[in-house]
Amino acid sequence: MSPAEQAEVTRSARTGWLLSAPALVVLTLAAIGPLAIVVAYSFMPPGEYGNVTWGFSLEAWQGILFTKDIFDGSLAWADANLTIFWRSVKLSVMTTVFAFLVGFPTAWFIATRPPKARAMWLFLITIPFWTNLLIRTFAITEIIRKEGLLNTVFLKLHIISQPFEMIYTDTAVFIGMTYVYLPLMVLPLFASLDRFDMRLLEAAYDLYANPWQVLRKVIMPIVKPGIIAGSILVFVPSLGAYVTPRLLGGGKNMMIGNFIELQFGQGRNWPLGASLSVMLLIIVTGALLVYVRYANRETRNGH
Amino acid sequence: MATKGFVISRLPGFNPIAGLVFVGLYLPIIILVVYSFNAGRSVAGWEGFSLHWYTVAWENDAVKAATVRSLYLAASAAVISTFLATLAALGTTRRKAFGGQTFIYVMINQPLMVPEVVSAVALLIFFAMIKQATGYAGMGYLIAAHSAFCIPFAYLPIRARLEGMDMTLETAASDLYASNWQAFRFVTLPLLLPGIFAGMMLAFVTSLDDVVITVFVKSAGQDTLPTYMLGQIRRQVTAEINAISTVLLALTVLLLTLFVLLTRKKD
Repeated sequence: MSPAEQAEVTRSARTGWLLSAPALVVLTLAAIGPLAIVVAYSFMPPGEYGNVTWGFSLEAWQGILFTKDIFDGSLAWADANLTIFWRSVKLSVMTTVFAFLVGFPTAWFIATRPPKARAMWLFLITIPFWTNLLIRTFAITEIIRKEGLLNTVFLKLHIISQPFEMIYTDTAVFIGMTYVYLPLMVLPLFASLDRFDMRLLEAAYDLYANPWQVLRKVIMPIVKPGIIAGSILVFVPSLGAYVTPRLLGGGKNMMIGNFIELQFGQGRNWPLGASLSVMLLIIVTGALLVYVRYANRETRNGH
Repeated sequence: MATKGFVISRLPGFNPIAGLVFVGLYLPIIILVVYSFNAGRSVAGWEGFSLHWYTVAWENDAVKAATVRSLYLAASAAVISTFLATLAALGTTRRKAFGGQTFIYVMINQPLMVPEVVSAVALLIFFAMIKQATGYAGMGYLIAAHSAFCIPFAYLPIRARLEGMDMTLETAASDLYASNWQAFRFVTLPLLLPGIFAGMMLAFVTSLDDVVITVFVKSAGQDTLPTYMLGQIRRQVTAEINAISTVLLALTVLLLTLFVLLTRKKD
């Protein structure tokens, strides 16, 4: 590279940084920077009325899994916390799997429409995706709560004699999360299927494959990156969900997100809230790194 | 070709499942909208068509204040984040890859990756510190937080638009002795405008919809429409919430349609 070209590249890079700088400053002040404070808080002792006291302590990290006996200081498993973690992971996995089971046929259906109709069906998936999560959760609440539509209809039709209690259960949270996060599964699956070469199906059927074999041996391996993308896009917000479990799970059926909030409210244990947040962040980042690896592999394969 | 009537892409059971998914996605929303016009109190029974709950919501001062606050917040956040995102998009596209570019991408998209509740907690702690130090408890915190997490939503469509733009036009402008600024002002910017509007719309919708970060960051008496609704749903639910939801829903669909029209590729 000639010195003139070299200077040009340097100038271009400098302009790039300068133009990005204002956005980076705002993001540092109101997004990334505060995360660093959370990490710091997770290593401090709690204050008496919330907040923290100055000092170093690993208690908040210990507190994720263990409770300390007030009298002899012995450690025991924090059963309440473990129940919440287990519920969060279980519900997030169930949501992801079920969203895949119904999302895949949906994405396939859209991808196999004629081009004009495809845009319309895709738009129908996009609308719920952009609709306020609170409104969508509320819509589910209206249907399954005790005086909700299902109970009203079933009572009128004499299918049941007593209203059934579905809201404020894990099932309600599972239904709600599947409902609100389903578009996040369908959209990346569609993106993968959209580029699928349908001639491969013809080849497979010519070789006497049955539909199930075509699905398992031909379609699924090729759209695997889309499956992984969709699964992560559903799993990540499910694990950190706050609004849906709050409205559909009630006070008892908390998930990690609600448990974190509790530490900053009634719990008055900010360091524990901070360590839980960092833990959640680490899990989510791990999942996203897997996603990036697969996304890169897909581009390299030239799909 | 295969036998007559055989559709190669047909997989058994897939279409019915897809049909059920679309019904399942829309039925709850449709029911919510229908019952906003119910004369009765809730979904317990249909008591005839009425605009009663829209009137109730309209005359409710808390709803009015929350609506104004939501719109003010969303408009501020949309303008600020779109301005910042436009600069960043100009800085990161259509130039030779430079050191730190990936870092900038990660920084800009960070709000999409961090769980919302974690961001919310982080902002709660940070703003509590500032509040204590300065005593300021105004809307500035919400505007700053919303502007930050709206940046990626504004950035993505603007960047997409820039990448699809024909660079030869700017070269032509320079050949005709336009200064860099003139080339930007009279060539690049007009071509980029649809992307900027699209980005602003996504930012606006994103800010308008936010619940979690707003709940944690807001000071007392700073309810937005979503946080007001969250509080109401926890208490006694009346069809007033349905009416507010329906209006918000209509606004979202309207903005989304505009977005699709703005970003549609000309065939």
